[in-house]
Formats: sequence, structure tokens, C-alpha cells
Amino acid sequence: MDFLADISNALPEAILAGFGLAGLLIGAIGGDRISGLLRLLAALALAVAAASSFWQFGKGEAVAAFASAELAPEGLYRATLFTLFAKGVTYSLAALALFMSGGFLKTAQMERYEYPLLVTFGSLGAGMMLSANDLMTLYVGIETLSLSSYVLAAFKRDSVKSAEAGLKYFVLGALASGLLLYGSALIYGFSGGTGYAAIAAAPTSVGLVFGLVFLICGLAFKASAAPFHIWTPDVYEGAPAPVVAFFSTAPKIAAVGLLAHVLFTAFGTHETSWQQIIAIIAALSMLIGAFGALMQNSIKRILAYSSISNVGFALIGIAAGADIGAASVLVYMTLYVVATLGLFGGVLALRRGGKAIDQISDLNGLAKTKPGIALGLLVLIFSVAGIPPAAGFWGKLQVFTAGIEGGLLWLVIVGCVASVVSLGYYLRLVWAMFMKPAGEPMDKTDFSIGAIVAVTALLMFPVLTIAIQFLLEMAARAAGG
Amino acid sequence: MAGAELTLGHYLAVSAALFTIGVFGIFVNRKNIIVILMSIELILLSVNINLVAFSVFNGTIMGQVFAMLVLTVAAAEAAVGLAILVVYFRNRGEIAVEDVNVLRG
Repeated sequence: MDFLADISNALPEAILAGFGLAGLLIGAIGGDRISGLLRLLAALALAVAAASSFWQFGKGEAVAAFASAELAPEGLYRATLFTLFAKGVTYSLAALALFMSGGFLKTAQMERYEYPLLVTFGSLGAGMMLSANDLMTLYVGIETLSLSSYVLAAFKRDSVKSAEAGLKYFVLGALASGLLLYGSALIYGFSGGTGYAAIAAAPTSVGLVFGLVFLICGLAFKASAAPFHIWTPDVYEGAPAPVVAFFSTAPKIAAVGLLAHVLFTAFGTHETSWQQIIAIIAALSMLIGAFGALMQNSIKRILAYSSISNVGFALIGIAAGADIGAASVLVYMTLYVVATLGLFGGVLALRRGGKAIDQISDLNGLAKTKPGIALGLLVLIFSVAGIPPAAGFWGKLQVFTAGIEGGLLWLVIVGCVASVVSLGYYLRLVWAMFMKPAGEPMDKTDFSIGAIVAVTALLMFPVLTIAIQFLLEMAARAAGG
Repeated sequence: MAGAELTLGHYLAVSAALFTIGVFGIFVNRKNIIVILMSIELILLSVNINLVAFSVFNGTIMGQVFAMLVLTVAAAEAAVGLAILVVYFRNRGEIAVEDVNVLRG
């Protein structure tokens, strides 16, 4: 296969890589003055990459690239319908997260041209790891995402909190990469190849399972699933708000999608070896996410625990197995990340006297001072918590149904308990906004933030509540290919 | 010497030992973040030994290609890690592990 055909098959990543390199050059010449322009261009490039992913998805077949007859006959890169869908959602959310970060960057004096480029390269890594058909591509993709993320977490250079968040993220992230890599090496040794096809064809051996456990540990860290979640609250608290909005959406769905994809394809024939592990990780994540947030007062930390808990729910779908659970994972994660983008964006962009708010009590009386935003946040909180009639309920219903069909009734019961417990802190946010007397007035909200909150809230209710069939059909189609 | 041949098991044992030292270096070390960076390098190098040993004993080249990629990424990782460390040092004026505690809930 010639080089041009490879590039055109890997079109979304080619666009991002091309833009990222060109952007570095433009940034080096233009400096920080053109960071606003670069940010819009990067959002545009991400949107084009998302569109081309969905276009490839629409064509209805998997695309492979970078094959070699001897070494990697299946190709190092292979985007199935499942990963094309996940990539489309990933890129769209990265574009939106970038689009709405403008106002914050300006007030926080973080308008440097590296910011949009780091988001672009991070998304490129997320797309690359999703499209991997080989442990090497997976590793390089994951590292591209991780290295960009470490820098983004520490992006507010003059803040102790931000620097410490970056440092913690780096140390724990590097450890997780080490685990993942050690696992990959063992899997390579005991299956005889690094390609997914070679791994699937190999017999299940002790060494292979050993490597698989290491690999799952590394990937669970990236998805912030318990017991590898320790970094999440700290990093979310310390990192700048728009970075947190990015972390909690695009890389999140990419990591969960990747975990599902690797386990379903490369380890599909070894399913009995990982099902129990994933089920236990799912149960732990849901419970730790639910109980951990009850004692917190910082909104960022609460949202971090909420994301840990929600990853746990998505893992129920993975534990149910490829045939039953694949579609439910996509539906759940898509609804979750879209709602989260609005929620994080809306909450974290609220400022009082130029300072970002942090404690729950800062939300007091938001319904009176900013009724529009408060109403939008209410819908989004209901969606993330999975309360009908918000669309998040459908996602939860899907994974629970998959769990029961997959014979994991105990896990679904744990999930129900965790849902009820987590209502405790979701309702605390709602209570503060609607029932408490108003405090000092908030600063004016940017138009882009208001637009994102309005659009995501309208999507969650009523658009997707009614039109959920459309998403279900897309996900079923993605899971089929 | 009869029976003194190096087998795959020897390589795996060395690599496992290095890996364990690296992981312990991260968790047990209470002094200095530079030591953590060194431990991370140790982990990555232990993986490289694994990959190359498997490559030779399996008779496939992919392990060595993988090892080259790991080396490259390790260099990038060290660069990013040190950069973050410098940013942190500028803010705090020290890099002792015990003092990394501003974020706590």
C-alpha cells in the first residue's frame, strides 16, 4: 500500500498532525499575539477531523493503514466503526472545549499560543490510540496524549496549585505508562506479536494474563477508574478550568473507548480472563466516586469524583462483553461527556470579582442572579446523575440492561446503590443554586460559555430524550463493525 | 561452563528486579523528586530489556522496534518531567516530596 493511500485512510489524524506542525511554525513566528486566531483555527481543525471521522463512519467499513506484508499484515493502524464513532465524539468535544476556553484564558492571562496546539496534539494522541491495531501504536498514541496533558495541567505557570497538579499528574502518569508498557512487553513475549490479531490468535497462557493485568492497570489509570483514581481530584482541583473541561471530556471517552476496543478485539478470545477484573474495577469506581464526593466542598473535586463514578458505570458495559455491551458503552459515554462539557464549562466559568469560584457555597442563589445558566446546569446535573427525563437516564438504562443480559446482576445492584448515594451531592449543588439566598453578584458570563451550556442542556432535554433512538442506532451500527 | 547459559528466564528476572526497584523508588522515596524521575527511567529500561530479550528468543523483530520507540518516548517524557519540575521549583523554591501537599481534600 502506498504512502498517500495510508495518509488518506488515516485522514482525521493526518489533518490534526498537519495542523499541529503548521501551528507550531505559525506560533513561533507570530508569538502570543495570534493565540486567539490559532485557538479558533485549532477548533476548526478539530471540527474538520471530527467531520472526517464521521464521514468515514458513514461509509460503513473499517479503514486500515500502515501495513507491512511481513511484520504487520493487518496494519499498525485500523479504525473500526466503533473507534471511528468514538473518535468523532472525541474530536468534536475537544473542538467545543477549545471554543469555549477563550474568555477564561484571557482573564487568567494564559493566552499563549501553545495552548491550542497542546490540545490539538493531545486530541491527535487520543485519536491515534483509538485507531491502534498494534500495541506500539497504542503506546505512542497514549504517550502523545499524556505528555500534552501533563503540560496542560501545569499550564498556569505562576500558580503553585497548577504546577503541583502537573507534577502529580506527571509522576503518577509516568508510573501508569510504565505498568502499561511492562504489560505490553509480557503480552508480546507470550503471544509472539504486538498486533491485535496476533494476540487474539495466541492461546491464553499465564504470562499473557499477567501482561493483560498490567495493561488494564495502565489503561484504568488513564480512564481514572478506581483504584487508580488517586490523581483525579488533585489534578482537577489544581489545573486551570478550561483544561479540566478538556480532561473530563475528550480524553475520557477516548480512554474508555480504547479500553473497550482493546479488550473486545485483541483480548476478545481471552474474555474470561478480564471480565472479573473489569467488573471489580467498575464496582470500586462507582462506589468510591459516589462516597468520596459526599464529604467534599470544592466543586472541582466533586466533579472529579463524579467522573470517577461515571467511568465505573461505563465499565459495566465493557464487563458485559463485546456482543452485549459495546453499543451501551458508546451511548453512555457520549451522553456523559456531552453533559459534562456543559456542566464543567458552565460551573467553572462562573467568576466573582475576576476570581473563579470554587466552593459549593459560591453557587448560592445562582437561580436568582443567573436564571438561564442555573436552569441549564440543573438539566445537565440531572443528566450526569441519570435522572429521567434528562437523556443521561437512557445511557444508564443501556449499561444496566447490558449488565443484566451479561449475567452481572450484582454489579447492576451496586450501580443502583451508587446512583442513589451520588444523588446526595448532585442535589447539594441543585439545593445551593435554587434554595439558598443569593450572595455577591457574579461577573458577566462569556457568550461562548452561555451558548455551550444552552446547547448541551437542550440536547440533554428535550432533544435526546425524545430522539435517543437515533443515537442508539448509531451506536448499534458502530458496535456491529 | 556447562549449564551456565543465559536463558530467557535470566533476562526476565533481571528485568522484573529492575521494574520492582523502579516502582519502589517512586513510593518509598521520601526525599527528592529527581529520584522519582530516575525511578521512572529505570522502569522504562526494564521494559526495554524485556522487549529485546523476547525479540531475540521469539525470533521476531517487532520487540526491537518497540524498544526504539520506548527509548524515544522516554527521552520526551524526561524532558517534559524536568520542565514541569522547573515550573514547580520556581513557585515553591524546593523539590522535596513531602512538601507536595497544597492539593488535598
